[in-house]
Formats: sequence, C-alpha cells, structure tokens
Amino acid sequence: VSVTATRTGARPFWAGRRPSVPPWVGTVPFFGYVGIFLLLPTGIVIWDAFKNPAGHFTLSGLSALGNAQVRGYFIGSFKLSLISALVGAVFGAILAYAVASGNPDGVVRRVYLSASGVLAQFGGVTLAFAFLALIGPAPTGLLFHASWYYSFPWGITVIYAYFQIPLMVLVFLPAIDGLKVQWREASESLGSSAWQYWRYVGGPLLMPAFLGALLLLFANALSAFATIQAWEDQIPYTVGQQIYTSVSSEVGLSNINYADALALGMVVLVAIVMTGYALLQRRAARWLR
Amino acid sequence: VRSPYRFALAGFAASALLVAGCSSSGSSSGSSGAAVNWATETSVAAGGGMSALVAAAKAEGTLNVIALPPTWANYGAIISAFQSKYGIKINSALPDGSSQQEVNAIKSENGSPKAPDVVDVGLAVAVANTSLFAPYEVSTWSSIPAAQKDPSGLWYEDYGGYMAVGYSSKFGTITSLNQLLGPQFKNAVALNGNPTSANAALNGVMMVSLAEGGSAGNIAPGVNFFAKLKKAGNFSPIQATGASIKAGTTPVVFDWDYLNLSSYVGVSNWKVFIPQNAVLGGYYAQAINKNAPHPAAARLWEEFLYSQTAAGGQNLWLEGGARPVEQPTMTTNGTINTSAASKLPAVTGTPVFLTEGQSTTAAQYLATNWAKAVS
Repeated sequence: VSVTATRTGARPFWAGRRPSVPPWVGTVPFFGYVGIFLLLPTGIVIWDAFKNPAGHFTLSGLSALGNAQVRGYFIGSFKLSLISALVGAVFGAILAYAVASGNPDGVVRRVYLSASGVLAQFGGVTLAFAFLALIGPAPTGLLFHASWYYSFPWGITVIYAYFQIPLMVLVFLPAIDGLKVQWREASESLGSSAWQYWRYVGGPLLMPAFLGALLLLFANALSAFATIQAWEDQIPYTVGQQIYTSVSSEVGLSNINYADALALGMVVLVAIVMTGYALLQRRAARWLR
Repeated sequence: VRSPYRFALAGFAASALLVAGCSSSGSSSGSSGAAVNWATETSVAAGGGMSALVAAAKAEGTLNVIALPPTWANYGAIISAFQSKYGIKINSALPDGSSQQEVNAIKSENGSPKAPDVVDVGLAVAVANTSLFAPYEVSTWSSIPAAQKDPSGLWYEDYGGYMAVGYSSKFGTITSLNQLLGPQFKNAVALNGNPTSANAALNGVMMVSLAEGGSAGNIAPGVNFFAKLKKAGNFSPIQATGASIKAGTTPVVFDWDYLNLSSYVGVSNWKVFIPQNAVLGGYYAQAINKNAPHPAAARLWEEFLYSQTAAGGQNLWLEGGARPVEQPTMTTNGTINTSAASKLPAVTGTPVFLTEGQSTTAAQYLATNWAKAVS
C-alpha cells in the first residue's frame, strides 16, 4: 500500500510515466537462456548430422539410422526407458499413496520426502558402484544370481528403479494430495465400492498427472547414460552408449557426425513419444473440458 | 580448515600462474637467445643442444599432458621425477581419457594455453592424426626400432606389453582359455572396455582369436569365443577397473600385462597368464602437438621419456611393468634396470603386432558383429 497515494489521494508520481516497454521484453531472459542452452545445441546437432567428417553435406549419417544394428540400439533405449518408467511409475504411485494417507505433518512423510529428494538424484557411476558392492562376486541372500543383474533390460531396470521410484514419489504426491476426502465420502455415501471409487472417480482424476509423470520418467531414463555405461561397459545396448563410442573410440570408429545423427534420432524419438503423450493426455483429460 | 579463502587463494594462485606462464612464454624467445623457435626444431642438436632446450623449457615453466593415469605404466612417478628434475610444472588433464579424447582436445583447444603439449596415444590414433603433430627426433632416435616409429618423427612408439589374462588365484592355475568356459567362472570374465571403443579391449578379443585359430587379419574366432562366454553366463559386462578387481567383481580380466600385474591392480593373489600360441603385443606412441603452447617443454619431456639413464623415462616405464621401446638396445648396452626387467611376465612364442590395416579390419568387423555376439 503506497503511503503517498493514501495521503494525497493522487496517483503516484511515476504512474503513467512508465517507459513504453512492449510486454514481450520480460520473456527475453527466458528465451535467451532456452535459445543458447537448448535450441542452439539442438540446431548444431541437427546441422552436423547432415555432414561428413570432412564437412560436406551427406545423408549417410541419416541412412545409418535405418540399418538393423542402429535400430537395435533405439529399440534397446526405448525398451529400457519404457519398462523402467512403468516400474517406477507404478511402484512410485503406490508409495506416494501410502505416504499421502499418513499424517501430513508426520515424521514418516518428511523422511520419505527427503529420502526421495536425495535418491531421485542418485545415479551414474556412484549408483553402479553401489550395486557392484552390494552384488559382489557371489551374492548371498539376493533373489537372483549376480549375472541376472547384468541382464538387459530387466537387470538394469532394477538399478534404474533406484532413482525412478523416488522421482515418481516426488512428482506424483501433490496430485494425490489434491484428492479431496469429501469426494471419497460422497461416492461411498452413494454406495460405491473401493473399486468403483478408483475406477470412476480417483483413477480418472489422477490419470493426467500419472501420464505426465510417466513421460518425465521415460525421458529421465532415456537420457540416463553414466549408470548403464558403467554397468554394461562392454556391451552396447542403448543409443547413448553408441554415441559415446562414436565420440571416443580409439580404434578408428569415432565419427562425430554419426554421433550427431544418433542424437538427432533421439530427438525424433522424444518428439514421437511427446506426440503420443499429448494425444493420450487429451483423451485422459476429456472430462476436464 | 575448510575456509572459503583457500579457494579464493587457489584461484588467485592459478590466475597468477597463468599470467606468469603467458608472460614467460612471450619472453622465452628473447631469453633463450638468437632465433631458436623450438616449435619447429626437429631435434635437440638442431636447436642448439640440451642446455639450450632445458633453459627454454624452464622459461616456459609449464607442460600440459593429457590422459595419463598416475597408476598406469608408472606415470605418477614419471611426472613427479620430471617436475623435480627440471622445476617445470605439469598440468595433467583428464587422466582417464581415451586416445581419441586426447586428439579431440588438441583440436578443440587449439590456440589455448591449456591445449595438450604432448600426447600418448594408441597406434591407430597416432597414424590417423599425423597432421596434428610436429616432427621431432629424440637424441636416442637410433635406439627405437625402425618399425616402431614414423620415419619423419611425427610419432614414435614409447612402451608396450603383451595381452594377458589376469586372474584371481582362487581359480588355481589357468593354462588354457577354454577353461574360462567352465561353470566356476560364472560372471567372472571381463575385458578392459568395449572393443569397438577401447584399444585394449580390441586387442583382448584379438588375442583370443589368435588362440582360437584366427589370425591378425581375422578376429572372428575371438568374437565367437566371447559369444560362447556370454551364453555360458561367464562374461561380465561391467567396467573392469582396479576397484572392481579389488571388490572381486571381475576376477578374470583381459588386459595388457603391465596393467594386469599384481602390483598394479593392488591384489596380492593375482596371477597372469599369456597363452603360448597367442602372444599379441601392442605399443603406445608419443607425439608432440604441432601448435603446443609450450614447445620447448614438450620436446624436453620427450627427451626425458626416451632417456636411457637409470632415472630416465625408459627405466621408469620398465619399473611400472611396461616394456620400453628401447629395451632391446638398452639390454645390449647395459643401461637397462635388470631387476625390473626380470619381474616382467615371461613370454614364449613369436609375438604378433597388428598393422594399421589389420587393426582397422578388426575394428570394422567388431563394429558390425560385437553387439550382435554379446547382447
């Protein structure tokens, strides 16, 4: 509340004297940042994907995307990202529901949230080494033999779940908190069972948030690289590992432009998944309109 | 102790060094007299002798090296010996980098005072990037066998070894590669990297190929062996490092013998096996960046590495378990450290060295067949 304005009843002296700045100026820092750190690198990747190491225009990088082996890497990346996202989303949602149904100010909730905040960022070589120490040469009391944990995609999914589940808890908990207890009471007083409540009320309400979180987890797994590179060092399964090989190979197989073409393929993969997500989201959120 | 001022001081010191480095390299041409431009000198004699080189290098004050792990081939001791002998500070960048990353750094940091002055790269990378290097012949040039150097001095092999199977002695004694297919080796056998990417891993597969009836021009039997190993559940895909060996996760590792010694991996019950019919040798190579920010220090480093004295580079590599390229000459002229030489794993049979063409053929075969065979 402006003191000047109340005392004199006049408008503040600066009112109406504002320099005439167009409203879009406020967005400049944001778009500048996005432009330099997202759009520009993406543009360079796409541009270089159409060149050969000598700098001439070529489609050979792109045509490499069509060969069966490279398709295998994309299928591997897609499979691992989808499976680990589904595992993370389902278990994370159940855990988030359990946390939400507890005391909102309780110790358990606070411990779970801070633990999730830490573990959602726990990845890379550190995570791989933690599992290495856990599994060791001859695990005792673990579900499977050590070699199972190196299997693709299920072994590595167990490791990815370590950061996927906590991330799901973090992003999905607010949606569950948004479910009003009155809605449940209302449906129960109308005679619905627990199944009917989730099928017709809770499920549809949470579905858009669940799908959004699933997409986030998918992208998270797709871009994760250091964990699988340390864990499956000698066997290439994913596009990320193959990009690493094409950038750093010391046996004469390094080709930056091939790496760019693979990266372009990943951009396209994300674009396809985003489109699918948008269509699904529109269907899931139909009742909102 | 953990005061923020320490970082401020460190930053100040670093920038002071940088300024000092720049100004001294600017004035070095003046202080070393006449018109000696070490960036274009191709030998120490042509530049006016060893003392002129030492003076010019000291004036530069700094040397940038890259991808030299301190525990690899005794590089930790070599770096500190050079620093204390000449009072030249060594900046060691990216110690765990690959050969390809070394030449990438020459390209991407061209013109920067942080660009690598010298590189230690696999032969394939050296041969493919000669346009980045300056020709130079060290004083002991004639001690390097002709097949192990570029005739114009653009690169020259430095040290090497033989591909070996390092293994925990809990498995008893390994006398044949086929033993590795047995059930007691479940999830135990690892390469040092992905063979389409790492030179040591490619040579690991090639060594198996030689043992399995392949040849230097045919790596396929080696790939088939690893496919069998994978099918038996004995192939461990995790990155084999000193840490994984200590943790017992990779109790059998294919690697160069100097990286597979018990003293190197730090495990006492570690044995080395080199199959008699599959002795595969490999050497790394030195080269000087033609646009090195410290051209005199770069050349002095090479002189140090190829020095045959008791505390010179050749004997220091030998003490790290690597076989220096001048070893045959030094054995003849009596400068070799005989006690270090006697600790090298014994090798019987005729060693095979891959030519550039054989190495490329192998890499191309792996590019299309490795993933299929083991995934």
